[in-house]
Amino acid sequence: MYMLKNVLRNLSGKPATRLYPLEEREPFPAYRGVITNEVEKCIFCNSCARVCPTDAITVDAKAGQWHYDPFLCVYCSACVEKCPTKCLVQVPTHRKPSVVKFRVLRTGTPRVKKSAAAKGKEESGAEKKAEQE
Amino acid sequence: MSNRTTVIPFGPQHPVLPEPLHIKFVVEDETVVGAIPQLGFVHRGLESLVRTKDYNQMVFVVERICGICSCIHANCYCNALENMMGITAPPRAQFLRVIWSELHRIHSHLLWLGLFADAFGFESVFQQFWRIREHVMDICEATAGNRVILSVNVVGGVRRDLAPDQIRWMLGRLDELQKGMRELTNTMLDDYTVQERTRGIGYLSKDDARLLGAAGPTLRGSGWEIDERMHGYAAYNDLNFIPVVENDGDCYARAKVRFYEVLHAMDLIREALNRLPESELTVKVPGNPDGEAVFRVEQPRGELFYYIRANGTKYLERMRVRTPTFANVPPLLHMLPGCKLPDVPVIVLSIDPCISCTER
Repeated sequence: MYMLKNVLRNLSGKPATRLYPLEEREPFPAYRGVITNEVEKCIFCNSCARVCPTDAITVDAKAGQWHYDPFLCVYCSACVEKCPTKCLVQVPTHRKPSVVKFRVLRTGTPRVKKSAAAKGKEESGAEKKAEQE
Repeated sequence: MSNRTTVIPFGPQHPVLPEPLHIKFVVEDETVVGAIPQLGFVHRGLESLVRTKDYNQMVFVVERICGICSCIHANCYCNALENMMGITAPPRAQFLRVIWSELHRIHSHLLWLGLFADAFGFESVFQQFWRIREHVMDICEATAGNRVILSVNVVGGVRRDLAPDQIRWMLGRLDELQKGMRELTNTMLDDYTVQERTRGIGYLSKDDARLLGAAGPTLRGSGWEIDERMHGYAAYNDLNFIPVVENDGDCYARAKVRFYEVLHAMDLIREALNRLPESELTVKVPGNPDGEAVFRVEQPRGELFYYIRANGTKYLERMRVRTPTFANVPPLLHMLPGCKLPDVPVIVLSIDPCISCTER
């Protein structure tokens, strides 16, 4: 009988849950969500790939490519903390559900020797491609 | 009369226990006369990953051994490695580790109290416990970034800090949780139906608890004042920690231990938040680990044990985990014979089985 008061209050009160897909809560600012690479600042140093516990990131320094598999990622944000140029950014919203698996490919300026730096700048067309597999 | 014996399988899929534990019950009419366990349905081989993941990446792997006390696994692993390397995490990191560990203890115990109420058919209490558990889950998400897998521990310290306004907000949410717990105290501890279903059920005497190697609330529910936190790892030495002990040794005593541990964990968190020292969050790690180390911490379910052997490279040589549910299976098999079949879910849940932990 101790529970009766509580049961009646819950019966007449508002539900504790949200109608989720229709109504979303503001995310907490510290939430570990989607990881993106601002590839213009990326120096392709491979630090993120080395610390990643699931090998979700692979870096091709010569081609200037940053591959990231969001389906392998466990969102531990080890890469974001390790990044020396702070080009990896984690936003506090979670990834939207998807029916197909894909890998994120970011192409930037490859890391080149100082003498060839001027040549490299010309092809710095940073673009985001989501390759469907 | 021997042809009246029947064998009833319990699990690996059973409505009362989402985890794959299989027990064959030999029953005579309604009375259980024998219990034969079978484990090994969720073995994932996480221990052998030490040879392919380096010791920093392993922090994220050990957190995934258990889906409910992840932070405490990482705490134990990091402490073991820190001992081996001869470093100590800074004081602020030690206090933050206690705060997150105790948050995990609270949400694990609230989850268990809900499931336990569900096991004896008290659905409204089940829902209410899970409703107030959301306060803790929100605190975890707002401070560490995730609801369950917190990923806050690293070898040498912690990765996240608490801002003063976050601490104020946390204290407010803890007050709301305290209010919710106060409303449920009478129902859980004094209600007639709850007592009928739990008192005297699954009795484990004080001597048997010790002899069979019980751990955690199962041990403390039988009158032993044994808790790894008494050894004072992390910041428990500086905090006013007192183990919760009950003497009855039945399911009711074990529920009572967990209920009061939630309240005590809230006191510990408040104390740690109020006395949070100012210091760095991490210390520098000197090279790769070399040697052997052993560490024990208190999980919500009991004593957790880590053995680590390293060889001077970044990959560890061997890691061995002993989880409290493994220790609590022999006492469970001792409690079961002689009980009635409807009491089986209550008794099985009373040790708080975490099979994913046990099999890794």
